[in-house]
Amino acid sequence: MSIPILTAATTVDTGDTAWMLVATALVLMMTPALGLFYAGLVRSKNTLNTFMMCVGAIAVAAVVWALLGYSLAFDGDGSLIGGLGYVGLKDVTFLPREGTTIPHLLFMAFQATFCIITAALVSGAVVERMRFGPFLVFVALWSILVYSVLAHWSFGGGWLAAGGTLDFAGGIPVEMGSGFSALAAALVVGQRKDYGRQALLPHNAVYVLLGAGLLWFGWFGFNGGSGFSTGNPSVLAFVNTLLTPACSLLAWFVLDLIRGRKVTAIGAATAIIVGCVLITPAGAFISPGWAMVLGAVGALPCYAVIVWRPRTRVDETLDVLAAHGIAGFTGILFIGLFASLAWNGVADGLFFGNASQLGDQALAALVTPLYAFGMTYVLLRAMTLFTSLRASQDEEAIGMDVVQHGEEAYITGEGAILVMPDGDGEPLVAEPG
Amino acid sequence: MKLVIGIVRPEKANDVLESLYRAEVRGISMSRVQGHGGELDRVETYRGTTVQVGLSEKVRFEIAVSDSFVQSTIDALCDGARTGDVGDGKIFVVPMEQAVRIRTGETDQSAVTPLGKR
Repeated sequence: MSIPILTAATTVDTGDTAWMLVATALVLMMTPALGLFYAGLVRSKNTLNTFMMCVGAIAVAAVVWALLGYSLAFDGDGSLIGGLGYVGLKDVTFLPREGTTIPHLLFMAFQATFCIITAALVSGAVVERMRFGPFLVFVALWSILVYSVLAHWSFGGGWLAAGGTLDFAGGIPVEMGSGFSALAAALVVGQRKDYGRQALLPHNAVYVLLGAGLLWFGWFGFNGGSGFSTGNPSVLAFVNTLLTPACSLLAWFVLDLIRGRKVTAIGAATAIIVGCVLITPAGAFISPGWAMVLGAVGALPCYAVIVWRPRTRVDETLDVLAAHGIAGFTGILFIGLFASLAWNGVADGLFFGNASQLGDQALAALVTPLYAFGMTYVLLRAMTLFTSLRASQDEEAIGMDVVQHGEEAYITGEGAILVMPDGDGEPLVAEPG
Repeated sequence: MKLVIGIVRPEKANDVLESLYRAEVRGISMSRVQGHGGELDRVETYRGTTVQVGLSEKVRFEIAVSDSFVQSTIDALCDGARTGDVGDGKIFVVPMEQAVRIRTGETDQSAVTPLGKR
């Protein structure tokens, strides 16, 4: 994706466009799927709020992307940031986007779904305590200050892409961008009040598994669409999206067996995400064989961080850092080791005789975490000057669903009295019968 | 012998368990109940339907204790469950006619005394 593999095309290809329409819808579905995944991992009193953070990210990030973010990410090849030529979707039309055979408008929509899910991913660090309003404001600012910048560097012709760093589907902006931002968000927002004092357990493992399954399904559009065509890079990335997570699952089973003598369901759901993240940057750059190795080997650092993190004082609640930051970091570096010109037609990695590729990858793996962490930290610190980011302790105890949304996920209706508004708009209890 | 019944906020249930544990009160049942005290009803909206939810989720502890443990059990319940706001719950202490430990057939005082305490 960072390298225009196709020669400059002047016409729209119907087959490519058909696939990209589907791929865009698949990626958009990943955000509600993430909501389901996250909702299952929190306590029942925070189910809706957690899900709504993902739904809210769709609303805010899509609009901000169309108005400003897309232009900053994808207008021109400025070194650090794009231009303002596409603000408000000016000149984003049915003509093909440069370097692709799909309409520019569709290219914009596909990229929008990436911005949306990345912003939604960060919510995993702050669920169960961050207020809904400030979160929406955060999404708007973050998608400009962090996502658009990183997307420009890696996809939009910015300095990383120009320097030769390879990132097929978003190891830099999406995975490392969300993972290291999540760490900063957890540090600024702070621990949940019960963290480290009470067992805070996932309330529905079936949601977690179903969410992970839907994410995997959507990821075929995410990785398979990042070639912007039905050509070989898309096919390779698509197939690797099957193989890598399968190997991560098997590796996770083994690690679970070693650690606790049982294979866990929530562990399996986590392994699916980790596998999909691992192959995201490397998608069309490594052979299917090395993609399988990546799935198995790359699971190790992620597993280690997931086991270690809860022993720290950092309440990075849903382990976005481990599942996305560390896995994205690993995938980016893996390209530098095992990229194969025979498969990708772009570049070899260290093991195929091109050591400089590893240097390009390592640069991105160093700079991206620093930028994402630093900018998110500053942004949230600045927001605390104007508003309180989190709910009070009492509200946190009651649960964010009732406090923030006035709804419950599992309401029975027992004890609920129907209220009808009377002429003055004042609530009036309905007479039974 | 008394049966101490404590009805507390669900979010304070863990704190109650902890303070009961510290007070060395063992032998506890807890259940989820719904109840109405003096707290304000909360209003929820689902599409066009607005409801006033009069019953709140509560957790009910039932603890059978010998007379010498009654006060420390009450204290532990209060310590763990109090927030100072309306809706903290109630404690009822009622006399108990008989207690039987099913496993051994022991009755009364020895039935409500945990094994480690003899």
